[in-house]
Amino acid sequence: MAENLLEIEVLTKRFGGVIASDAISLDIPAGELHAIIGPNGAGKTTLIGQLTGEIAPDAGRIRFASRDITALPVYRRSRLGLARSFQISSLFADFTALDNVALAVQAHAGHSFRFWRDARSEAALREPARAALASAGLAARADTLAADLSHGERRQLEIAMALAGRPRLLLLDEPMAGMGFEESTRLVETLRQLKGSLTVLLIEHDMDAVFALADRISVLVYGRVIASGEAAAIRADPAVRQAYLGETAYLGESGGASQGAADG
Amino acid sequence: MSSLRAMSLARIRRGDWLTPRVAVNAVLLAVLALVPFYASLTSDPFLVTLFTRVLILALAALSLNLIMGFGGMVSLGHAAYLGIGGYAVGILAKEGIGSGFVQWPVAVAASALYALAVGALSLRTRGFYFIMITLAFAQMIYYVASGLDRYGGDDGLTIYRRSRFGAFVDLDNKTQFYYLCFALLLAGIYLVWRIVNSRFGLVIRGARSNERRMRAIGFPTFRYKLVCFVIAGAMCGLAGALLANHTNFISPAMMHWTRSGDLIVMAVLGGMHAMFGPLIGAMTFLLLEEALSHVTDYPDLILGPLLLLVAIYLHGGIGGLIGARRG
Amino acid sequence: MLYFIEQFLNGIQLGMLLFLLAAGLTLIFGIMDLMNLAHGSLYMIGAYFGATFAAWTGSFVLGALLALIATLAVGMALEVIAIRRLYGRDHLDHVLGTFGLLLFFDELVRLVWGPAGLTLSLPSEMLNAVQILPGLYYPVYRLVIIGVTLAVALALYLLVMRTRLGMLIRAGASNREMVGALGVNIKLLYTLVFGLGAALAGFAGLMQAPILTVQIGMGENILILAFVVIVIGGVGSIRGAFVAALFVGLVDTVGRAFLPDLLHDYLSANAAATLAPALSSMMIYLLMALVLVVRPEGLFPAAGK
Repeated sequence: MAENLLEIEVLTKRFGGVIASDAISLDIPAGELHAIIGPNGAGKTTLIGQLTGEIAPDAGRIRFASRDITALPVYRRSRLGLARSFQISSLFADFTALDNVALAVQAHAGHSFRFWRDARSEAALREPARAALASAGLAARADTLAADLSHGERRQLEIAMALAGRPRLLLLDEPMAGMGFEESTRLVETLRQLKGSLTVLLIEHDMDAVFALADRISVLVYGRVIASGEAAAIRADPAVRQAYLGETAYLGESGGASQGAADG
Repeated sequence: MSSLRAMSLARIRRGDWLTPRVAVNAVLLAVLALVPFYASLTSDPFLVTLFTRVLILALAALSLNLIMGFGGMVSLGHAAYLGIGGYAVGILAKEGIGSGFVQWPVAVAASALYALAVGALSLRTRGFYFIMITLAFAQMIYYVASGLDRYGGDDGLTIYRRSRFGAFVDLDNKTQFYYLCFALLLAGIYLVWRIVNSRFGLVIRGARSNERRMRAIGFPTFRYKLVCFVIAGAMCGLAGALLANHTNFISPAMMHWTRSGDLIVMAVLGGMHAMFGPLIGAMTFLLLEEALSHVTDYPDLILGPLLLLVAIYLHGGIGGLIGARRG
Repeated sequence: MLYFIEQFLNGIQLGMLLFLLAAGLTLIFGIMDLMNLAHGSLYMIGAYFGATFAAWTGSFVLGALLALIATLAVGMALEVIAIRRLYGRDHLDHVLGTFGLLLFFDELVRLVWGPAGLTLSLPSEMLNAVQILPGLYYPVYRLVIIGVTLAVALALYLLVMRTRLGMLIRAGASNREMVGALGVNIKLLYTLVFGLGAALAGFAGLMQAPILTVQIGMGENILILAFVVIVIGGVGSIRGAFVAALFVGLVDTVGRAFLPDLLHDYLSANAAATLAPALSSMMIYLLMALVLVVRPEGLFPAAGK
């Protein structure tokens, strides 16, 4: 049984009268690809925010590789091996794609209090960056400004940057958002190849991708995890169907006998 | 050796490096190098005085551009370091310490210290708040200087003897002083160029582009910005020491916030992403001011609206006109 | 003790003047997201108009009214001609553009009125001092300032909280795009808001003219204090501006009055004499630094945005 890489304990966050995270507890073993699904407004972004350190929880703990990171600032968690991609692409628009990834490499390549040498000529930064771009299929776009990339290319760059720091845990916030069929398929393939070598927490709406990739799935509704388990179990869970998959009739005995079941 | 190196070398050989920007800069440097000669030919020593001021303020604007143009930290209190550097020279001179070897390092160190204090407090804020707090801290030191009766208070203090550097250079000699300022400016430009393209520089520029992402990929941006802020303050402190020598005078007016405004104008006017931008901006601003004062008794009536027009229509400053640069 | 009360009242008076300036500034920044370095110029113009019209008409009140209208007109004209082209830009563009306007107005005033300042004399009734407490005489005019500015503050409150225009202003401060999308004439709203800010600044200028100064550049120094007020009070918040303005006015005035004595009690005469003026001036900025450390958004940050 793999050790838990990420342990979320009773994580709670309120904004005024709204409970965004309601005592969320979740354990994610190393090497697992864990998907989090749920309707809009369920608190998925708030959860990511607390995991990365941008939002301070009101209560609860977060443990990463057995270490309590609840109070650590954003950059420290990244240094420890926790990388994220953003739901809305957050890139360095006026830098080239290569520069973007090279920066991500640089962040994990010692300190940057070096004032003299031209960083763009440092092979130790540029070579890994080129490799990361190549595996994201962006090798040809290395010298293009991030602002000039297509939407799909930007999403790819997002992931490439997150991977460039060689993270142990990858938090993906709706990576497929706005992607066309081809690009989504490609990304699913990329993630499939990553499985096992790193741990992934995937927040997604794209159910095809989720059921194709996830080892386990958790369902978040109104800030609470209402179900957590393997794909088949989640598919059949009546509470999940009611809350998320659009089923209006509450199911009784067998999940398959329901009328008008929204599939996938 | 990476292919990148080979590519740039190939470019140099092909002559692609002679862009309009490089040509303008080269001409500019040549013109500036020849000013003292031209001045002696035309028996117009004022020309040297004017251009010395240009060089000194260009150095100050260069230091501001490091944090503002590349770092995105708009400081409306940068003139404070001109004042601190100048007062370091003035105070030490009054107290009998006339050696430049003592005065100038003190000027730089004092400026760096103040920048450290101000930066530590203000870099936690951004946007409007940052502009305001830098402004306020500059005004604070302005009032402190006004209250120093021993050193002239509001009226200022005359410096009777310029900084002594023994046999190395005689600051009383206009031409020598001019070339010293020129050399220091060129050194400053070179230093900024190296910094901006180094690992450190990329962090600063990345933080300006998208600070949230910088933190997300693992950079503790605050400490980098603080170090940049201190470097800029120190460089401006040196400019302050030069300025005090140039005018043989120090007063709180050196660090009034409207002087900080002047520096911002120079940096923007010349183009904030270009190494020579601050120099171009300082020259444009000061020469324009000088020219206008010959034409009219009310130069700001023209200069003011001109700045407004530049703000509205000329985003990249004048430097942007001769070829925009990216990132 | 009486001295303290006198200084306290002076502090209130300064605070109220600061509030007028800060209210306009914070409105303009909150709604149009515009940093206006030329706001002090409007304050200066109000003072100059006030002195000029009062001399022409022979009446302080009439002069003040005319000056108010004139400043309002100048403010709105300025918005239409120049300011509106800066909306939506980088703050740096605002700094550059309004700095140019600041230089322009200083020079324009010098052209029209000359380099020496003006004086504005008060009507004889106001020159007296009235006994407000046994043994304490306080100038009538300063009481007038406090009273009138409080009235203006109240009127502003009613405007913002109880009228349709005020509702639009508050909505605009919360969510600019929405207000535009709702079909409100945003351009007119902005012009009115800017005009309001200008009028408030001009009013502050002309009110203080008889007791302080009417000279070129008078706007620059007080503008900084107004900015400090906004930072402490929270950008976009009029209530914050009110509280912070009073606070700043009191700290500055009372501090300047009592700090030298306080220093003398604890330090040598020489040290106290040297430090006192510098420290008095610094207090406001130290206060602001403290607020920024503890609560960076200010005391009453406007919601939303």
